[in-house]
Amino acid sequence: MPEILKIEDLKVHYGVINAIKGINVRVNAGEIVTLIGANGAGKSSTLNAIMNLVTSKKGKILYEGQDITKRSTAEIVKSGIVLVPEGRRIFPNLTVQENLMIGSYGRSDKDGIKRDFDFVLSLFPRIKERLKQPGGTLSGGEQQMLAIGRALMGSPQILLMDEPSLGLAPLLVKMVFEVIRKIKDEGKTILLVEQNATMALANADYAYVLETGKITLEGSGKSLLAHEGVRKSYLGVK
Amino acid sequence: MKKISLKINLILTIAFLIGIYFFLSNVNILGDYWSRIVTLVAIYSIMAVSYTLVNGITGIFSLGQAGFIAIGAYTSALLTLSIQQKEMSFFIQPLIWPLNSIQIGFLPATIIGGLVAAFFAFLIGYPSLRLTGDYFAIATLAFAEIIRILIQNLYGVTNGTLGLKGINPYTNVWWAWSWLLVTVIVIGSLKYSSYGRALRAISEDPVAAKVMGIDVFRHQMMAFVISGFFAGVSGALYAHWITTLDPRPTSLGVMLTFYVLIMIVIGGLGSITGAILGAIFFAFVSQWLRIFESNITIFGFTIPGVPGMSMLILSVLFIIVMIFWRRGLMGKEELNWQKIYNFFKKVEVQNE
Ligand SMILES: Nc1ncnc2c1ncn2[C@@H]1O[C@H](COP(=O)(O)OP(=O)(O)OP(=O)(O)O)[C@@H](O)[C@H]1O
Ligand SMILES: [Mg+2]
Repeated sequence: MPEILKIEDLKVHYGVINAIKGINVRVNAGEIVTLIGANGAGKSSTLNAIMNLVTSKKGKILYEGQDITKRSTAEIVKSGIVLVPEGRRIFPNLTVQENLMIGSYGRSDKDGIKRDFDFVLSLFPRIKERLKQPGGTLSGGEQQMLAIGRALMGSPQILLMDEPSLGLAPLLVKMVFEVIRKIKDEGKTILLVEQNATMALANADYAYVLETGKITLEGSGKSLLAHEGVRKSYLGVK
Repeated sequence: MKKISLKINLILTIAFLIGIYFFLSNVNILGDYWSRIVTLVAIYSIMAVSYTLVNGITGIFSLGQAGFIAIGAYTSALLTLSIQQKEMSFFIQPLIWPLNSIQIGFLPATIIGGLVAAFFAFLIGYPSLRLTGDYFAIATLAFAEIIRILIQNLYGVTNGTLGLKGINPYTNVWWAWSWLLVTVIVIGSLKYSSYGRALRAISEDPVAAKVMGIDVFRHQMMAFVISGFFAGVSGALYAHWITTLDPRPTSLGVMLTFYVLIMIVIGGLGSITGAILGAIFFAFVSQWLRIFESNITIFGFTIPGVPGMSMLILSVLFIIVMIFWRRGLMGKEELNWQKIYNFFKKVEVQNE
């Protein structure tokens, strides 16, 4: 499969803190690729660097063969990379529908927007019933669905997801992963950051393990799921 | 509760506008003093609505409003003053060319006043919108003060401390209320366009807005420049209402920003109709509070008037609103017929 996103020797630092110390990541089109790691490993920093939301980074980010390292966040979104940020960050005083429309900001293809809107509502029937209420009145799980739906409204080629299962009950975690697979079935590529390694690896085509800013292991989702070290450190198996 | 249909909404709105029209046509009945206040209400409303676009809808805290009002006021006044009047007033230093030899009509002068204010909004916004929160407030406050000091010292342009006198009293009820209508239509349709939705998203979470692909800086800039334009227009109307201008801190300085801030906080930050209600409230209360500045006699005792007393009372009121009633009258919402209907329905239910 063709490579759609490529990160070459990425380094991110915040003042004197080196959060990412030179990593290489490849994402093939149409696959689910996951990045697992403990708290503070640098998972969010990686995604934020792709979106050009960090102030200081080195290295190269290639999207469909083009260098997007220096593009603005708005341009990156427009070109088809959309982030579901850590902690959801929906707009609490905008209605659910307005939140979704913000996701389609900058698009002018009315038909496409309508199609994506219908797709999001079919994905999340709970959201459909709550279009007119303020986003802030949704439950945590519903807010996560809204955050995913909002990102999908940007018609992404690649969806970056930062810990979408964080703080959700087991049943909802399962549902989030079902949604991720459905999004994949739509032909989209997903770069998923997770602490819930079991679920992430079980669903991923390819996976990377990030430890304090470095990639220590990579391989297919299944192979990492069976890996001794991963089982000990991330899956809680003794 | 019953939902008011679009058709009834439209009819009520048109009836309301016609009502205002008749009120304004017959405002002379109220006498000269009150018709001047009715004009002032519209001027204050434009100041407040343009301010709430920045401080309420976009959620960036500017303290520069008086600066833009002053620019609009001086620019337009210098354009409409007659050439003889200019020669007479500028006796310390003559007015520079070409201002000393032009006189144009009120409408173009008002628009140019707005444009010059908008241009200054761009100049000050460009570097300072990159600053966050408190720093932006301080930068805009400094800008307004710099403008005032420049006005105070540039004798060849502004006549310095002597001020401008004999400005034509062009601003009447019609000019003021028509400009208010324009302001409300422009800023109202902005608020509910996709741009406005982006502005509201920025005010709630600028980082999330950026993540969604919104160019935060450009949007804030646009809001700031549009706000600057209408602030300038309000200044032009004000200049031709009051007919004299001077650069004292209490006239076109930080006090004025503070007044407009009171209006939009009382009305509810981010609400256009709230800003107008706040402006109406402020116009009447500040007139009424003037009685505390002259001697009052109650039961034979005379309480001496204290200059600045009305300001003190308003400030206390402002603090009380900020602490206990952050939402103000309207919060971020707009007054509409549905809300009025619901309100009276509630009163009716309570009375039963
Ligand atoms: N804005 C910032 N300023 C300073 N340091 C930061 C900033 N953002 C992240 N860091 C630091 O960079 C390192 C990596 O942080 P990052 O948020 O990328 O980790 P993470 O893997 O996403 O962790 P978590 O699972 O807790 O979300 C941490 O040591 C963190 O303290
Ligand atoms: Mg993180």
